[in-house]
Amino acid sequence: MNQSWVILGASSAMARGFARRVADQGGSVFLAGRDMDDLRASAADCALRGAPVAEALVFDARKPVGFQAIYDRLALEDGMLNVAVFVGSMPDQSDIDKDPSLIDGVVTDSFTGPARFLQGFAPMIEERGGGTVVGVGSVAGDRGRIGNYVYGSAKAGFATYLSGLRNRLTRAGGHVVTVKPGFVDTGMTWGLPGMFLVATPDDVARDILKAVEKKKNVIYTPFFWRYIMLIIRHIPEAIFKKMSI
Amino acid sequence: MRWKTAEYTGWGRVLKATGDMARPERVSALKSLWADSKGPAIGNRRSYGDVCLNDKGRAIDMTRLNRMVAFDPLTGILEAEAGITLGEITQVFATKGWIPHVVPGTGFVTLGGAIANDVHGKNHHGAGSFGQYVNRINLLGANGKTRIVTPGDTPDLFKATIGGLGQTGVILSAEIQLKPCASAIMDVRENRAEGLDEFLAMLDRSTATYCVGWIDATAKGSTLGRGILEEAEIRDHTVQAKLSRAKSVPRDAPSFAMSAPLVRLFNALYYRRVPQDGRRLDRPMQDFFFPLDRIHNVNRLYGKNGFHQFQCVLPDATAREGLAEMLRAISKAGLASPLAVIKKMGPGRAGFMSFPMQGYTLAVDFQNRPRAAGLIADLEEITLKSGGRIYLAKDALTRADSIAEMYDELPDFTRVVNAADPKGVFLTDMVRRLKLRKIKP
Repeated sequence: MNQSWVILGASSAMARGFARRVADQGGSVFLAGRDMDDLRASAADCALRGAPVAEALVFDARKPVGFQAIYDRLALEDGMLNVAVFVGSMPDQSDIDKDPSLIDGVVTDSFTGPARFLQGFAPMIEERGGGTVVGVGSVAGDRGRIGNYVYGSAKAGFATYLSGLRNRLTRAGGHVVTVKPGFVDTGMTWGLPGMFLVATPDDVARDILKAVEKKKNVIYTPFFWRYIMLIIRHIPEAIFKKMSI
Repeated sequence: MRWKTAEYTGWGRVLKATGDMARPERVSALKSLWADSKGPAIGNRRSYGDVCLNDKGRAIDMTRLNRMVAFDPLTGILEAEAGITLGEITQVFATKGWIPHVVPGTGFVTLGGAIANDVHGKNHHGAGSFGQYVNRINLLGANGKTRIVTPGDTPDLFKATIGGLGQTGVILSAEIQLKPCASAIMDVRENRAEGLDEFLAMLDRSTATYCVGWIDATAKGSTLGRGILEEAEIRDHTVQAKLSRAKSVPRDAPSFAMSAPLVRLFNALYYRRVPQDGRRLDRPMQDFFFPLDRIHNVNRLYGKNGFHQFQCVLPDATAREGLAEMLRAISKAGLASPLAVIKKMGPGRAGFMSFPMQGYTLAVDFQNRPRAAGLIADLEEITLKSGGRIYLAKDALTRADSIAEMYDELPDFTRVVNAADPKGVFLTDMVRRLKLRKIKP
């Protein structure tokens, strides 16, 4: 069966690793984002690797008027329609402390923008009776911490949304994978202090595709973050509030 | 774009640098950072010494700009961003019937690095160097403008960019000519050579497209220069051949791993691996081209102090005597590692500072021990005396005046790069150490 993937935030390192792997397996890719020169280069790369269709599309989480054009383009494809969401933004928490209006952007980029896109996309999955949604959240969404709790709370909201969407799409034959990466070696984490056990974007991409094949619901990548977060989630709040991790 | 302050090294891990590094993931990010902070580009850091180091300065890591952007199946011309590795190009294209004309001994080298070091491969005697198959380079210059550099329109800038150690600018992308291949399997013949004379005679007699010799650098006396000659052709049809399993060296090996008795023992066994009357086998292309790439972090075998690779080329006329003298010095010192390679080179080169010359090239790894630098200095002397050359991509120790003597086009190189980059934005540790450019900081 033809597989088409629309990839939101396709300029990110994880998204590019994912698109390459889909292309290697012969899937079509629609790379959606804002930097069109960059997306066109990635689309060319995917086409050379074996994607039957590889196109760059405009997507801005903050401009939902543009979403319809993407739905319309995808509707022309046969087979299964899938979507992978890699968008999100993480300004320094100290910048947000200085300018609280930044919160709106973080929540739109990491939660409400993609949620709105998926809300419009879900009927296409229901109509075709199948298809997968991959939503990339973050371990930061598992518990609010002093260092990035605005980003974390947006990702937590997104994870809850995905859980509900999974509940809805399962009855139509669709599937939703929630991905919670730990530290990944991307532009977002480049040069940040305190990084450890850092995974490559390609490792994450491989884990995501494996989770899609096996119809996993929620994955941590690399896998051991499940246990790290298990511990962190179980620290009593009375203690956690005094910690700085 | 955030900068990251880090200590980093080349593949040999002897020389170190500490500096600020940026790793743009999009060309637009690179260009916006270019407005206020420029620096030399680095790739996967597979050069051994200080080609890729800029201590106390800035460097741009290009490995995330790694896409193939256009391919013409009629002509075999591929355009790709500088950060893609030649291994990746080979992997994607071999099954489609194309491979790069030239690949070096590791697939982890980036396209930009292959150009900036004008690398060569096991087919240099016939095919020449990597730079000879580069049609066009998109170069981000010190002035912030992107230029198209070609051998026809900008011959001097082209010759200063190929093998130019990044001194003319940041290579953003390049167009290279691929060659057709009928399969991704190599038909390999291995034969023993019992000593140096026989080895050189076998290299001379060989008509193979790909030809490389492993040499037992611990052998002495009548067996001096013994080894195994590998000759290979690309098979004309696909057959089954198993790719060896990927392995990894988890941590630095203890220093005795490269002690003289162990290396002698390993080499003796490795030599006898090939039967006396030779053998034939099918090997996947990646295994043949990039034999050590399946072992990740293989450089850790040399221990935490790192290692040097000495590589020289000696012209035909002096090679026999020069190589014998070198091998005697190496085996006498007892410092050799199992990795020692000999091959024949043709005249093909594409830049002012390109390494190749017609003759024979010898490459030997030495663990970084107190006596290694002295031995390498002796080998440098023999190279000079023989009218040969040392490979900058491997170098960490050579003296500046020796390099000036070995590279007769150095004045042309200096003139062109100083015009392209008058302020010395792209200076690196190697360029300063070897005084390749005269710029006052």
